[in-house]
Amino acid sequence: MSDRGLTALEGLGASPRRGDRLPAPQVSSGPGLIGGFFEWFGDLGVFSYQVARAAVTRPFEFRELVRQLDEIGSKSLPLVALAGAATGVVLSMETSSSLAMFGAKSMLPAAIVWSVIQEMGPIITGLVVSGRVGAGIGAELASMKVTEQIDAIEASALNPYRLLAATRIVACILMMPLLTLAADAGGLLMGWLAETLADPISLRQFIDVGFKGASFHMFLPPTLKTAFFGLIIGLVACFQGMRTKGGAAGVGRAATNSVVLSSLFVILADVVLVKLILILFPN
Amino acid sequence: MNTTYDITVKPEETAEDSSLPVVAVQDLHMSFGDQHVLDGVSISVCRGKTLAVLGRSGTGKSVMLRIVIGIVKPDSGSVLIHGKEITGMAVDRLGEVRKKMGFLFQNAALYDSLTVAENIAFPLEHHRRDLSRAELRDRVNQLLTEVGLEGHGEKMPSDISGGMQKRAGLARALALEPDILLLDEPTAGLDPISSGEIDELVIELREQHRMASIVVTHDLHSARTIADRLALLDEGKVVIEGTFAELQASGNEFVREFLKYS
Repeated sequence: MSDRGLTALEGLGASPRRGDRLPAPQVSSGPGLIGGFFEWFGDLGVFSYQVARAAVTRPFEFRELVRQLDEIGSKSLPLVALAGAATGVVLSMETSSSLAMFGAKSMLPAAIVWSVIQEMGPIITGLVVSGRVGAGIGAELASMKVTEQIDAIEASALNPYRLLAATRIVACILMMPLLTLAADAGGLLMGWLAETLADPISLRQFIDVGFKGASFHMFLPPTLKTAFFGLIIGLVACFQGMRTKGGAAGVGRAATNSVVLSSLFVILADVVLVKLILILFPN
Repeated sequence: MNTTYDITVKPEETAEDSSLPVVAVQDLHMSFGDQHVLDGVSISVCRGKTLAVLGRSGTGKSVMLRIVIGIVKPDSGSVLIHGKEITGMAVDRLGEVRKKMGFLFQNAALYDSLTVAENIAFPLEHHRRDLSRAELRDRVNQLLTEVGLEGHGEKMPSDISGGMQKRAGLARALALEPDILLLDEPTAGLDPISSGEIDELVIELREQHRMASIVVTHDLHSARTIADRLALLDEGKVVIEGTFAELQASGNEFVREFLKYS
């Protein structure tokens, strides 16, 4: 998780910072795996504090936020919807035969609706956005870092935490639940289509049976939990990008680490959040 | 040769009195691991004057320039801009000071997703929200003309030469009408003609805007051309500071060697 391997070679080429600056490892002799692990989280904590402080203080970068909402939200929509649709089809085909074995084929719409909305839609959206947006943010900011564009933003009397990180993280938080709805819609629609091709059922009937006994608040927590996935994806990607060192190799590493770490943390967070939702909303 | 300056200066005094330092760096220390890059550096620049900082690669010249604008924090020492200490300043207050400073990066550091004109407009859009779209466009065109890039505003940074990128970076640095200009290797990587053009441009802009300038360079010819005084750094210390004639007259072995190979 640490960029220690390169630090010995990097010398003085980048912008070393102290105090409230972007955290950047500087010592050539590494602290080892455990030390690096804690150092990474420590740096992430400092970074999060800087971003949070920048995000809640004026001036607000609304124009950049809108641009990021478009970049992260609108442009991820087709991919997320497609991934949701594919999941719906697979779920329909797999579950159909399983339920048929137990003579519970009539439960298929409910199985698809509950699976897609409660778990498959959110987690698929989290992983797809981790890949597309996490890599994009990580690579973009890393490239800006190694070409001194982030320093140029600071030299222009602007706060890069506010302009670059806060806007992207807030956009991820806001767009994730909306993208999840798109994945859910794609999954349900294609789940129905796959089912109706094998065993004709009207969409109206599919929805009526699928949502029977369900209430709105049952679906709300799983959808809203993806806002937390958005926080993880945005935070990890911005952090990896803005602490990059080492030229083109560093940019590649930042993109890879952004995807790997944000995907990993999304999965881990999902485990915790599912348990939390079951505790807070037992029915 | 390190000088200690009396830099307790009121901002309004510096605006009028060109004998008082606009930038005063005192006893600056900076280390990276075991390497002491800056070891008690002190320099100062007055309004309308240019100081060239010379030295071998890795002697901390660029780091010093980044400390002056507050991108890097030193281990110890002080940096006074118009008499205000900036080393411990909060980010937002530092931002106010930076508005009066322009920085040209070694590789221009233009935003590669924006056109040349958008790059120049970038600081104006964020700090001069009072400007209308027409006024903003006029100001950008004026800056493009000043640096000789009229007609190139719609090009992307990757589509123009290194010299043009430096000019665009200079125009962006001048956008907020700074009274301090910091130039990091302005002629590095340029052919002699482009270097000469950049030198002339820097002199012209300095005289036009009466800015205090610090130029970090390896290029002794460029330093002689654009600077009033030169400071030579070695092993983290200022070995000598003075005019080129004073450097030539120095008996210091390092100074003589540096001039010999430059």
